[in-house]
Amino acid sequence: MSALLEVRKLEVAYGGIKAIKGISFRVDEGEMVTLIGANGAGKSSTLRALSGLVMPVGGTVTYNGKDVTGVPSHALVGLGIALCPEGRGVFARLSVHENLLMGAYARKDKAQILREIDEIYGMIPRLKERTAQLAGTLSGGEQQMLAIGRAMLARPKLLMLDEPSMGLAPLMVEKIFEIINLIAKRGTTVLLIEQNAQLALENANRGYVLESGEITLSGDAKALLADPRVKAAYLGG
Amino acid sequence: MDVLLQQIVNGLVVGSVYALVALGYTMVYGILQLINFAHGEVVMIGALSAVFSSKWMLAMGMGPILALLLATLLSMLICATVGVLIERLAYRPLRNAPRLAPLITAIAMSILLQQIGILVFGRNYFTFPELISKTPLTFGHVTTTPNEIMIFVVSVLLMGGLLWLVHNTKMGAAMRAVAENQKIAGLMGVDINKIIAITFAIGSALGAIAGVMVASNYGQAHYYMGFMLGLKAFTAAVMGGIGNLWGAMVGGLLLGLVENVGLIFVRGDYKDIFAFVVLVVVLIFRPQGLVGERVAERA
Repeated sequence: MSALLEVRKLEVAYGGIKAIKGISFRVDEGEMVTLIGANGAGKSSTLRALSGLVMPVGGTVTYNGKDVTGVPSHALVGLGIALCPEGRGVFARLSVHENLLMGAYARKDKAQILREIDEIYGMIPRLKERTAQLAGTLSGGEQQMLAIGRAMLARPKLLMLDEPSMGLAPLMVEKIFEIINLIAKRGTTVLLIEQNAQLALENANRGYVLESGEITLSGDAKALLADPRVKAAYLGG
Repeated sequence: MDVLLQQIVNGLVVGSVYALVALGYTMVYGILQLINFAHGEVVMIGALSAVFSSKWMLAMGMGPILALLLATLLSMLICATVGVLIERLAYRPLRNAPRLAPLITAIAMSILLQQIGILVFGRNYFTFPELISKTPLTFGHVTTTPNEIMIFVVSVLLMGGLLWLVHNTKMGAAMRAVAENQKIAGLMGVDINKIIAITFAIGSALGAIAGVMVASNYGQAHYYMGFMLGLKAFTAAVMGGIGNLWGAMVGGLLLGLVENVGLIFVRGDYKDIFAFVVLVVVLIFRPQGLVGERVAERA
């Protein structure tokens, strides 16, 4: 398999303080890879660098064989990378339908977009019921579903999800992961950032453990799940 | 009663111009949280450009309506360019600076544009040719002119058009998305700088039309005319709820009405005071503005 995303010695710093200290990892086509770690380990900083929201101070990011280090976020969408940001980030003052349309902003095939929105509605009926409602009036779980649906409308090859389970009730988390698995099964490569290590490793193919800005463990998700060090640090013994 | 009706008509005409200018303030505020104090001067540039270009066109033997149309279009083009340039040169470099810096820059741009106005056009009062008839028309006890009717109708059409653009087009959705969250809009593939530039261009072009309206209504234009007009329109935008398009329109019309109906009770010299007193009262009792309200945003 070929690497869809290859990160080499990535460094991110905020005002001289290094949040990411030269990490390397890869995501192969068709995989679901997870990056787990405690709060402040640098998970979101990594994603921010990958999605062009912060400029890395060192290292390279290669996507589909092209160097995309520091490419601004609006240009990444066209290449097939979509980020579903932490805290959902739906447009509260736009309707559900408009939010989905924004996800397809870079595309021009209007008829196909509307068909895909219908597909999303089929996958997540709750959104269909609320299509004309302002997104700000949705519950947290519904907003997360909307954010994922919106990201899918960019027709990404690589979908990056930042803490999709954050702040949601267990039942809702289950639903969200059903949707993520469905998306992965349909062939989209997924990079999943999660604080909930158990959940992430249960669903992903491979995993990387991030600690204070460095990757300390990596490997098959099932193996990591069984690893005593991971168990001790992230799975409550 | 007759006086009241007459003042309401006058108020609607003036108010519709305030509303057009207020839209420029509110659009830019909505997207950048910046009070573009130079907007009044953009209106002035629009008015003075139209004075010179329409006179030239009349001298070339063009009909008054065609001259008005072409002069207005030219003013819109000039103002849109000026607006985009202001954003590009003065505001964009300060986009991540503390809020005070762009605010002071905006005031500086306002003064700078006035001075440029003097350099380009001169310090005089220039008469605006009568391109649409100002012969009084009397309906019952109310007197108006074709020019005034034109101002009101065009303003309403423009406002409707802007609302349609913002709420029913892809670009409009992108504008609202950028206004709400620039980073996320960027993730969707929206070129934020382009949307901001478009916002300035539209706001400035509306300002140009407002400038032509003011010049035609009072029959004159000069380099300082944008200052008070801008301040009033800004007041209207704040009164309606800055950042909100409906707010700017309601605020503009209301300010025009308040000023003109107020004239029944106070002398003309106090007209401006009246407008600002209303602003203070609104801000005390409804600081978010008359129309301004936020949708609950759940985490």
